[in-house]
Amino acid sequence: MFYRENGQFKSNYASDQQMLPILQDRVFMGLLLVFAFGAVPLFVSDYVFLSLLIPFLILTLAAIGLNILVGYCGQISIGHAAFMSVGAYAAYNLALRLPQLNFLVVLVLAGLIAAAVGILFGIPSLRIKGLYLAVATLAAQFFTDWLFARVKWFTNYSSSGSVSTAPIELFGWKVDSPAEKYLFLLGVLVVFTVVAKNLVRGHIGRAWMSMRDMDVAAEVIGIRPVYAKLTAFAVSSFYVGVAGALWGFVYLGAWEPLAFNLSLSLNLLFMIIIGGMGSLLGSYFGAAFIVALPILLDQVPNWLGVEMSTALASHLASMIFGSLIVFFLIVEPHGLARLWAIGKEKLRLWPFPH
Amino acid sequence: MNEKAIEHAHRIGGVVLALEGVSLAFGGVKALSDVSFDVREHEVRAIIGPNGAGKSSMLNVINGVYHPQQGTIRYLGREYHDMDPHEVAMSGISRTFQNLALFKGMSVLDNIMSGRNLKMHSNILLQALRIGPALREEIEHREVVEGIIDFLEIQAYRKTQVGRLPYGLQKRVDLARALAMEPRILLLDEPMAGMNMEEKQDMCRFILDVNDEFGTTIVLIEHDMSVVMDISDRVLVLDYGKKIGDGTPDEVRANQAVIEAYLGVSH
Ligand SMILES: Nc1ncnc2c1ncn2[C@@H]1O[C@H](COP(=O)(O)OP(=O)(O)OP(=O)(O)O)[C@@H](O)[C@H]1O
Ligand SMILES: [Mg+2]
Repeated sequence: MFYRENGQFKSNYASDQQMLPILQDRVFMGLLLVFAFGAVPLFVSDYVFLSLLIPFLILTLAAIGLNILVGYCGQISIGHAAFMSVGAYAAYNLALRLPQLNFLVVLVLAGLIAAAVGILFGIPSLRIKGLYLAVATLAAQFFTDWLFARVKWFTNYSSSGSVSTAPIELFGWKVDSPAEKYLFLLGVLVVFTVVAKNLVRGHIGRAWMSMRDMDVAAEVIGIRPVYAKLTAFAVSSFYVGVAGALWGFVYLGAWEPLAFNLSLSLNLLFMIIIGGMGSLLGSYFGAAFIVALPILLDQVPNWLGVEMSTALASHLASMIFGSLIVFFLIVEPHGLARLWAIGKEKLRLWPFPH
Repeated sequence: MNEKAIEHAHRIGGVVLALEGVSLAFGGVKALSDVSFDVREHEVRAIIGPNGAGKSSMLNVINGVYHPQQGTIRYLGREYHDMDPHEVAMSGISRTFQNLALFKGMSVLDNIMSGRNLKMHSNILLQALRIGPALREEIEHREVVEGIIDFLEIQAYRKTQVGRLPYGLQKRVDLARALAMEPRILLLDEPMAGMNMEEKQDMCRFILDVNDEFGTTIVLIEHDMSVVMDISDRVLVLDYGKKIGDGTPDEVRANQAVIEAYLGVSH
């Protein structure tokens, strides 16, 4: 009844092209931001920050990055953790060798380096599609696994192969406590989400989606496939690279090359399949789901007073992931985000059935 | 001839597009054998022929999807070889598709807006921030696209995902996307296929209006003879990849080879 765009007439195209054209959505978003920035740090425990919210924020950023490539541009990648590791090691080396650099600069440079590597591994997409491209992107995974384990310079010749970082500092603000980390990451994610939204609704976003939906027609109406595909690889790897740097510096603090292995790549893919291909909101849902499910499975039996071993819980988690992925692939390829949209559509009509 | 027809006849100009001795084969299949024909500015040029005659292949050759093994294409006096489809698009040739080739996951508006992509140049950074030229560009091109939406009477479906529209409307969106490029030559591959009488009449009207109001040169493939004879200035007839007739609708109608091909007498 109250969720309507009726009566909200647009008098010009600028207002019709706003990010959130419906007033109620804008109000809701405003309240959500106030809640996330203002209220959450007041009552959330360190445990929830560290095991839930911090990984959620970083993985959402990575999922948005992968979604740009897979969900928007239709190019498959099953080696995307490779670009996370490029971002992480680039940031590590920049911070190590140029200690005077501001961390935000380090972050952007790490993203740009990941983007360059992403373009390189995106070149095969100009000739091959589908399964063949998937295999080619897997090469990125194996290459970076090998590179950071074998070329000691990247890990500053540490004997164990693992690297560790100092807490980050921004303009004199030491981002140290879990709440501070959360606020910093939230700020980064909000900015990157707005940027992603701008890109996908701009002409570059239309070029990406045209590649996904019908590449021959796209070329015939004047869209250059080389440009569309390689920019998608670049932007995607940039996002994922930044997420990798944050994963290393803010979440892990210290890590070894295995931290960015194939299983992380697959998890990123699961996030966008469950959350929703070609949806920014879906990236949030997918990351939330992947982070929360194992913890829920761990906790729920406790609350219910049922005994469950950790082994059983982790097996259950795998089984639930597996079934959900099959479910979404078959029944709802647009994931949780689509279910959300259907719910909203119902709300718009409520309480009238039609 | 009524006044409008006379006025139209006066507008037809010189040759803008000419194909000379074009041959195209796929392995052993000869899709086109030594076909020559030309298109004059502002005219409605039809291509007809039985199934598999090579009509769609002809359009694919013109807009660079296929590169012919032999022959030349002259456009605006310049010869081109092996141009990529997007280069042909840049030069002012656009088209619609026989089997709809819309961007199914995008809205009607985005589909048509993508036809303006080749005119949009703001860089990725400006788009990321959606400021200055990037924002201005979006609004300017949106205005042009809204004009096309009004022209084709699809205002009600702007925000609808295109894959959910009925077939007849999808055909219209396909035309809208091609028009958004403001082409000099518009290639239409069976724009009325699968439509009912009323939809066909609407489509005919749109095509003639485009030709009239914007002076767009039109190359049209169509199976419905009454439509072809009604709206085209000249007709090219293909059969088994060969040209068997070329001329005004009346000349083609009287052509013995054409009659035979259509009645299937001698092969
Ligand atoms: N990509 C391709 N690969 C192989 N053969 C092709 C290809 N495209 C077209 N052909 C063949 O070329 C011939 C001409 O096809 P084309 O699609 O141009 O015919 P058409 O006149 O458009 O027919 P229709 O009226 O059925 O659309 C056919 O024999 C077809 O099988
Ligand atoms: Mg055809």
